[in-house]
Amino acid sequence: MTGHHHPRSRGGFIEHTIAGLHFAMERALYADRSASGRGALQQLDPRVKVAGLGALILASAMAAKLWVVAAALLAAIILASVSFISIWTIATRVWFATLTFSAAFAVPALFLTPGTALYTIPGVLWTITRQGLTTAGFLVLRSETAATLALVLVFTTPWMHILKALRLFRVPVVFVVILGMTCRYILLLLENAHEMFESRKSRTVGPTTRGQQRRIAIASTGALLSRTFQLSGEVYLAMQARGFRGEVYILDDFQMQTLDWLAAAGFTGLTAGLVWVGR
Amino acid sequence: MLFEIDNLTYRYENNAALNDLTLSIPEASRVALLGANGSGKSTLLRILDGLHFGVSGGAKFRGEDLSEEHFGDDQWAFAFRRQVGLVFQNPDAQLFNPTVFDEVAFSPLQMRWSKADIKDRVMETLEWLQIAHLKDRPPHRLSGGEKKRVALASVLVLDPAVLLLDEPTAGLDPRSQSQLIDLLVEWGGGPKSVIIATHDLDDLADIADRCYVLDAGRLAAEGSPDEILGDRDLLQRTNLVHAHRHRHSSGEMHSHPHRHE
Repeated sequence: MTGHHHPRSRGGFIEHTIAGLHFAMERALYADRSASGRGALQQLDPRVKVAGLGALILASAMAAKLWVVAAALLAAIILASVSFISIWTIATRVWFATLTFSAAFAVPALFLTPGTALYTIPGVLWTITRQGLTTAGFLVLRSETAATLALVLVFTTPWMHILKALRLFRVPVVFVVILGMTCRYILLLLENAHEMFESRKSRTVGPTTRGQQRRIAIASTGALLSRTFQLSGEVYLAMQARGFRGEVYILDDFQMQTLDWLAAAGFTGLTAGLVWVGR
Repeated sequence: MLFEIDNLTYRYENNAALNDLTLSIPEASRVALLGANGSGKSTLLRILDGLHFGVSGGAKFRGEDLSEEHFGDDQWAFAFRRQVGLVFQNPDAQLFNPTVFDEVAFSPLQMRWSKADIKDRVMETLEWLQIAHLKDRPPHRLSGGEKKRVALASVLVLDPAVLLLDEPTAGLDPRSQSQLIDLLVEWGGGPKSVIIATHDLDDLADIADRCYVLDAGRLAAEGSPDEILGDRDLLQRTNLVHAHRHRHSSGEMHSHPHRHE
């Protein structure tokens, strides 16, 4: 009866998709839980973290020496550790994904950047140059450093506090609203996708072929985007209906304590040091 | 008059959701907007809440135009939002904060109330709606009935003079429906106005003194709940009741338009 079906595809596609979406939603909630934890950075004023970690990202982007970028990455890892964010969490959520994306640009740079030949791949005769290796190293390491610092910020600061801090630094309201709505849109997309695939699961009896799985995926993507777009429009209307005019207000007051000033001095010193030695 | 809608037309792309609609809602009213799905009830509520603006005709709140120009003025917009609250049909659209407490505090924060007042008022509202125990929970993790209560709390926290509700009992179990109706009855009355869009006729007499029936974006009828419920032709014409075969206790089997109580 099912001889033409792939035996391993039995229910797997939809169930894997549901499990993946559930995992992604759990990850989003983990950020909230971690931000209210008891680590070192969690105790700091959000303004210090936004400015300090942002400055470190800029310093690593400006550094002209590879070891300086590596030092910024090391600083990010130390900050994550004292904030109870595990290396495993950083590796699985940032490093592997960033490496995949940055490698797409870094690998061609290995061969295409002119310079001193280091190694030629036998057979295809592609030559890796010293300059290519440096360029690729910068690209990968800068991306990893920036992503790690950003993750440290998001995992140690409630999202609304980040938005509020950005507004206090005079980031234009339209940018902050777009950032806030983007976050909400991604969560809605996940929730909708989860619901849609669960409903699909309840209506799917028996095994599905790879062709059927592809058709389900294509049909779902279109419907999902349109549904999420409509719902995110409603969310924005609901925000307006409750008095939202673009400004971010929160109940917690930001107040600089001694620890915050010390941390601000630490971030300033570290950033200045990285910029100086990285020239 | 609380609201005046004058020859108003509203279109989604090329489809008219409201078509040359004219109606008036007096102060201190308990109004039901009745109509089948797609009759324009939700659109009308959004017009009344100043979220949508007609392509022609006009809408007024206490004699002032509900126009984009007016809503561009922060002071005017805040004063309006303070007085008129809208509870959306889909609570997921309305709940976007990390915790229930933050959700209910959202509107008072926008109104720039003092933080001490906000904390007191939010707790008072949560306790009144019997959801204080949920205050630290993420809203999207709640049950349907709890979400509806949080959505209601997020609007009632401002103690608005006018409450607009879009299908408030849709998707709720009978007990949650009845609790919600009790809450609305308790809250309404006196100088407060409640305008409810619904196609549920069962609780009409409890929630409304006046009904407006919409059909394809036009006003099909208006009257008291008794007058509207007594007009079987109207209810059938506007798809508010339907006919299907059923058996009476006498054993007789036949079909006629009816609603389930």
